[in-house]
Amino acid sequence: MNNMISLIFITIGILFNLLGCIGIIRLPDTYNRLQAATKAVTLGCCSILVGVLFHFGFSDAGIKALVAIPILFFASTTGAHALIRGTYHFGIKLGKKSVKDDYKDAVK
Amino acid sequence: MKYITLFILSLVFWLLLTFKLTVPNIIVGSVASLICSLFFGRFFVTNVYKLLQPQRYFWFIIYLFIFVWECLKANIDVAYRVLHPAMPIRPGIVKVKTTLKSDMAKMLLANSITMTPGTISVDIIDDYLYIHWIYIKSEDPEVYTEIITGAFEKYIKRIIE
Repeated sequence: MNNMISLIFITIGILFNLLGCIGIIRLPDTYNRLQAATKAVTLGCCSILVGVLFHFGFSDAGIKALVAIPILFFASTTGAHALIRGTYHFGIKLGKKSVKDDYKDAVK
Repeated sequence: MKYITLFILSLVFWLLLTFKLTVPNIIVGSVASLICSLFFGRFFVTNVYKLLQPQRYFWFIIYLFIFVWECLKANIDVAYRVLHPAMPIRPGIVKVKTTLKSDMAKMLLANSITMTPGTISVDIIDDYLYIHWIYIKSEDPEVYTEIITGAFEKYIKRIIE
């Protein structure tokens, strides 16, 4: 039973990781690519880690997987924030499809 | 006081990560936690006694469930935009006002926003959050403030402030 649940979680995780990778290729500019890179990939990895927790139960590997989830969460959100702010300050323009830019006034 | 709390928290964290209750392990963990708390203690929460109030943990658990739900919605939303042949996106950066005051609360709000449907926080200047949004649904500031921060702000206020 636990094996079944862990397989389902790991499958979902790999699927979301795949969607994130497709997003990185298909979306038009840096900012939108970061959207795919943070959300889909973080949920994918968290889902794989939950699968590992179900596979090993509350033993040492399972607890490590559980502890890794908040670390991954804070690392990926902070990393995305730093990357997107750095990209803007580096001078890369928003893509052609963009409709609004409130940040322009705040930077100057 | 906040240095001691940070020391205890990081020691517990170390023990969970290594998962061995031997004397050398505890000594190495104490030294590592001591160094961490000396360097980063001044960035820790200002009022440590708030950690002892049980109702904050209650709201935190409710917040976790709401957060996981929003996170799932976010992923399905991004998956839909990525796989759709015409790619329905209207990206842009919007400015959102927050009513949260403490730095810790703003940090948690910005991180939560980053994980929810199509939004990444770009910067925080005073009370304003700058947010990159993959699909701007409305041009009206009040409406999009409600869409972006509405789900989280009241819970974060109860957890942290």
